[in-house]
Amino acid sequence: MGLRTPLFDTHVAAGARTVDFGGWDMPVNYGSQIEEHHAVRRDAGMFDVSHMCVVDLRGDRVRDFLRRLLANDVAKLTQPGKALYSCMLRENGGVIDDLIVYYMNDQWFRMVVNAGTRDKDIEWLRQVAAGYGVTVEPRTELAMIAVQGPNARAKAASVMPPDIAQRALEIGPFFGIDAGSLFVARTGYTGEDGFEIMLPAEHAVALWQGLRIAGVAPCGLGARDTLRLEAGMNLYGNDMDETTSPLESGLNWTIGWEPQDRDFIGRGALAAQKASSDTRKLVGLLVEDRAVLRSHQKVIVANVGDGEVTSGTFSPTLQRSIGLARVPAQTGDRCEVEIRGKLVPARVVRPPFVRHGKVAIAL
Amino acid sequence: MSNVPADLRYQKSHEWARLEADGTITIGISDHAQQALGDLVFVEAPEPGRHVNAGEACAVVESVKAASDVYSPVSGEVVAGNADLGGQPELINSDPYGAGWIMRVRPDDKAQFASMLDAKAYAAALAAETH
Repeated sequence: MGLRTPLFDTHVAAGARTVDFGGWDMPVNYGSQIEEHHAVRRDAGMFDVSHMCVVDLRGDRVRDFLRRLLANDVAKLTQPGKALYSCMLRENGGVIDDLIVYYMNDQWFRMVVNAGTRDKDIEWLRQVAAGYGVTVEPRTELAMIAVQGPNARAKAASVMPPDIAQRALEIGPFFGIDAGSLFVARTGYTGEDGFEIMLPAEHAVALWQGLRIAGVAPCGLGARDTLRLEAGMNLYGNDMDETTSPLESGLNWTIGWEPQDRDFIGRGALAAQKASSDTRKLVGLLVEDRAVLRSHQKVIVANVGDGEVTSGTFSPTLQRSIGLARVPAQTGDRCEVEIRGKLVPARVVRPPFVRHGKVAIAL
Repeated sequence: MSNVPADLRYQKSHEWARLEADGTITIGISDHAQQALGDLVFVEAPEPGRHVNAGEACAVVESVKAASDVYSPVSGEVVAGNADLGGQPELINSDPYGAGWIMRVRPDDKAQFASMLDAKAYAAALAAETH
């Protein structure tokens, strides 16, 4: 038996099929993954993401600590509540984890890290934090529910206490607020608008049931994966890990190169990779045939070399197979993928595939 | 719990088969199989006229999760593939024993059908697999 979130029994009672995910027993779907996917693209769906770990970082030098720790630069965070997506790197540029960090005040930042990497993340945070007098507090007593879709914010606000609902509806994109009993952030992993709500575990079931009554569809990790892939978002462990850098993972935009004197961990290794013309890249793939991309399939780029699919699926929105692949730097706009013994042509495209319910690439 | 109709025969690899009045055998995948695969997105059924051998992979069902081979329980000639599955692969999810049939085969030897698992034996195999 794996770890269970406070909502586990609620999922099982709703007919969820569960799978192991990073040591956690999580719902993969409640019937139809494709219907759950469409619910998020067209209306509102919710995910139990309580397996992810909230970590509070406190201290007078917490900003200096994060400017050393993270590849992206928290100096960009000047307004309280503003969030930043970043990778946390080893000295060799390998990705320990990708995360979101919220600037709450000058003594407090809040971070959300992946479930499967929680233990090594906290160990690393503590190791680096020691030099800055920063405390690292995992908030394992918090549950987290992501409500996503064009109608997600309105439906979620309808079940919040009125004073919090009012404030929640005023949150700008990529901001979070600490509203006492709830922490509400306008973030997500689907390419749709919505909230991620953190709250004490003992209140999670009541919020989930309230959202259900408000017409929010329960969605499992299956739909979460097709949604994030359509949105062109990486999954840690599939599309990147400690053997790959952000430059090889389509995350150049998350590296805070300026100012040049900021000495973040991994900077030297990244600078060397950036200067090289052989650094592999992560691209989007679109298949026109009736075949589905899956991770670890071989990618062949004529006269250039080989690569590998890192994530692949059938896109319910596009009704085609899409994926992400790590390929040689010189890869152009076509390649072939070896799918079940056959070479299938694929187009190289720039993710996202879908954004805010709309197809974002030429089909 | 998945549905295992009493009037069909089964394989441990989760195909079902039904002997039709005209002597042909209709083949599909079980309710358990469609549940485990999740939403079907592509189905590749064999062309009529092709000869298949018992135990041969002759169709592919692909879901959001994975691609899976379908094995013919009998040797014989394919007389039909279910053309509706091309546009509506989800018929396998909604009606695995009816509209979601995959192919029809004229068997070389009916004894191969008779030697398949009956519903009771297949249900027992499922119980053993999940416990």
